[in-house]
Amino acid sequence: MNKIVSNKALKRRYRKEKIFKGAAIFALLLAASFLVFFFSNMIGKGVSAFSQAEILVDVHYSESSMKSYRKAVDKPYRKIVSRGWLRTLPMYMEDNPEVMGTTRQEWVLATADVDQYLKGYPNRLKDKHKQYIDKLQEEGKLKLAFNTGFFTRGDSKMAELAGIKSAVIGSILVLLVTLAVALPIGVMTAIYLEEFAPDNRLTQLVEVNINNLAAIPSILFGLLGLAIFINFFGVPRSSALVGGLTLALMTLPVIIITTRAALRAVPNSIREAAYGLGASRWQAVFHHVLPLAFPGILTGTIIGLAQAMGETAPLLVIGMMAYIPDSPTGFTDAATVLPAQIFTWAGESIRAYEERTAAAILVLVTILLSMNAFAIWLRKRFETRW
Amino acid sequence: MLLQFGYANDLKQGGNMNKSKISIHELKLWYDKNQALHGIDLQIAEKKITSFIGPSGCGKSTLLRCLNRMNDHISNCRIEGKVLIDNQDIYDPNVDVVQLRSHIGMVFQKPNPFPKSIYENVAYAPRIHGIASSGDDMDELVENVLKKASLWKEVKDKLHQPGTALSGGQQQRLCIARTIAVKPEVILMDEPCSALDPIASAKIEELMDELKKEYTIIIVTHSMQQAARVSDFTAFFYMGNLVEFGNTGNIFTKPQQQQTEDYITGRFG
Repeated sequence: MNKIVSNKALKRRYRKEKIFKGAAIFALLLAASFLVFFFSNMIGKGVSAFSQAEILVDVHYSESSMKSYRKAVDKPYRKIVSRGWLRTLPMYMEDNPEVMGTTRQEWVLATADVDQYLKGYPNRLKDKHKQYIDKLQEEGKLKLAFNTGFFTRGDSKMAELAGIKSAVIGSILVLLVTLAVALPIGVMTAIYLEEFAPDNRLTQLVEVNINNLAAIPSILFGLLGLAIFINFFGVPRSSALVGGLTLALMTLPVIIITTRAALRAVPNSIREAAYGLGASRWQAVFHHVLPLAFPGILTGTIIGLAQAMGETAPLLVIGMMAYIPDSPTGFTDAATVLPAQIFTWAGESIRAYEERTAAAILVLVTILLSMNAFAIWLRKRFETRW
Repeated sequence: MLLQFGYANDLKQGGNMNKSKISIHELKLWYDKNQALHGIDLQIAEKKITSFIGPSGCGKSTLLRCLNRMNDHISNCRIEGKVLIDNQDIYDPNVDVVQLRSHIGMVFQKPNPFPKSIYENVAYAPRIHGIASSGDDMDELVENVLKKASLWKEVKDKLHQPGTALSGGQQQRLCIARTIAVKPEVILMDEPCSALDPIASAKIEELMDELKKEYTIIIVTHSMQQAARVSDFTAFFYMGNLVEFGNTGNIFTKPQQQQTEDYITGRFG
C-alpha cells in the first residue's frame, strides 16, 4: 500500500498546480480591477453631466432684446444666465413673432460656472455671485434639471451648451457607409475564397494578405483614405462619406475573416447533400450554406462595426477631428464622430468639459456594449444544431 | 478474365438476363500521388442491389463517388478510365454534372437532411430541376415520394416541422425520399446504416428491397450481414483493387479468392 500514500514528488506536483492556479486567479482579478476602476471612474465623473443648472428668470421678448440679446434678462442675472443661450433669443423671436412684447418667467440655462458651483466643482465665479446664487437657491429659483440639451445639441464653445447630437449623427452616417461598402464586398470575397476559389498559390497569397490587413495599424488606413478617396477621387474632406469608406477598408478584413469562419462552420454534409441532388455550386452556396452561415456573418459584421465605431486614428488624418456644432444632413457634409468628439473635449481646458467627456465616453461604451450584446444574442438565437 | 467469367457464370445460374446499367472500365484514381483505385473493371446490373464491401481505405467509397462525379469537388483528385451509364461515358466533357446527378442520386453515411422543413427537403430537388412547381403538383409529388420511402405515415401531420427534428432512421429515410424525388435511375448509398440502430437499419433494408423494383442500387457497407441480406451482387475490394465480384450467395458461401474468404470469415479487416 506504500505506493498510493502521497510522497514528495507528488506533493511538488500539487504545489506547482496550486501556484499556477493562484497566478491565473491573480491575473484575472487584476484585469477585472482595471475594468472596475475604469467604469467607476467614468461613471463617477460622467454622471453629473446628465444634469444641468437652470435658473428661473423673467425673459423680456422685446425690440431692445432683439438688438442686444443681453437685455432680455434683468441686470443681476446677466452674469449667470448662459450667454450662448441668450444669443439664440433673437432668432427665436424672429421665428415666433407672437411672443414679442411679452415677459415670461422661464427656466433657462445657467452658465457652466454656475453649474460647476452647484455640483461642487472648481469654478471661476466671484464671491458676490456665489452669494447671489446661494440666495436664488434658497428661493427655489435655481435647480439641477435633467440635461436634455446634451442629447439634442451639437458641439459648442460654451460648455453648458455642448452636446453629442452632431457626433452621434456623424457616427451613424459613417457606420451606414461602412456597412453598405464593407458588408457586400466582404461577404462576396469570403464566399469566393471559401467556396469557389481553387486552392493555389494566388489564393493563398490573397489569404495571407487579408489576414495581414487585419493587423495593420489603423492610422495607415487613414493615410490610404486620404491618398485615395480625398486626393484621387476628390471625395469631400471631413465628410461621413470619406470616413465611412476609410473605416470600410479597415472593417473589410474583419468581415472577410469572420464570414469565412462562419462558412467553414457549416458542415460539409450539407454541401454534399445539395451536390448529390444535382444542385450547382452556386445553388448549394446560396440555397443552403449561406442561410446557415448568416447568423455568424451578422455577428462578425456587428463586431466589425463596433470596432469601426470606436476608431479614431484614421479619422484624424481625413479631417473628421473637427468642431461640428450643426448636425450633418447628408453624407457629404462635414461631420465628426463620437470618439473624435471625446478626443476634442478631452483637450479642452475648461473644467466643465471634463464631465461631458466622461459622459460621452459612457454613451459610447453603452452603444458598443449593446452592439456586442446584440451580436451574442444573435449567435445564441440562431445557433443551429445538426 | 476470371472476374468476367464469374459474372457470366452468375448470370447463367440466375437464369434471368441481367441488363448491365453501369459499366466501369479500367478506372484509376489518384489523390495527389497516392493511387486509390488501380484499374477497376465492373458491370452493375439494372434494378438490382450491388454491394461494395472491404476493409476501411480499400477504395469502395471512392469508387462509389466516381459514379456521380462527387470527386470533382476534390481539387487534387485525378481520374483515368471510363464509367459508362447506359453506354454514355459520364466523364465525357459534354456531360453536365448537374444533369448527371439528377439521374444518379446519392444517400450519405450520416443522415444529412437540410435544416428546413420535411416538405422543403423533398421539394428542393424537384424545384431546382423544374420537375414540379409549387402548389398542388408539388404537394402530390411530396406525398407520393414520402409514401415510397415509407415515411408518409410517420410524418404526414408534421410536414412543416424541421427535418432535423426526426429520429436518425427517419432522417435517413427522408434523405432517401429526397433523392428519389427527382426520379433517378441509380441510387448510390454510402454506408447508409452505419449511424443507425438495428431496427432503423432493418427499415432501410426493407425499403431498399422495395426500391429495387424501380431503381438500380449500389450500397457501400461495412456490415457483411447487411451485404448478404440485401444485395444481389457483391464486390469485394482490397487496397484499391477489385478482388472478387459475383453473386452475393456465391461470394459468401464459396468465395474464389483466399483474401475474400479471409475477410468474410473475419480473419482481417
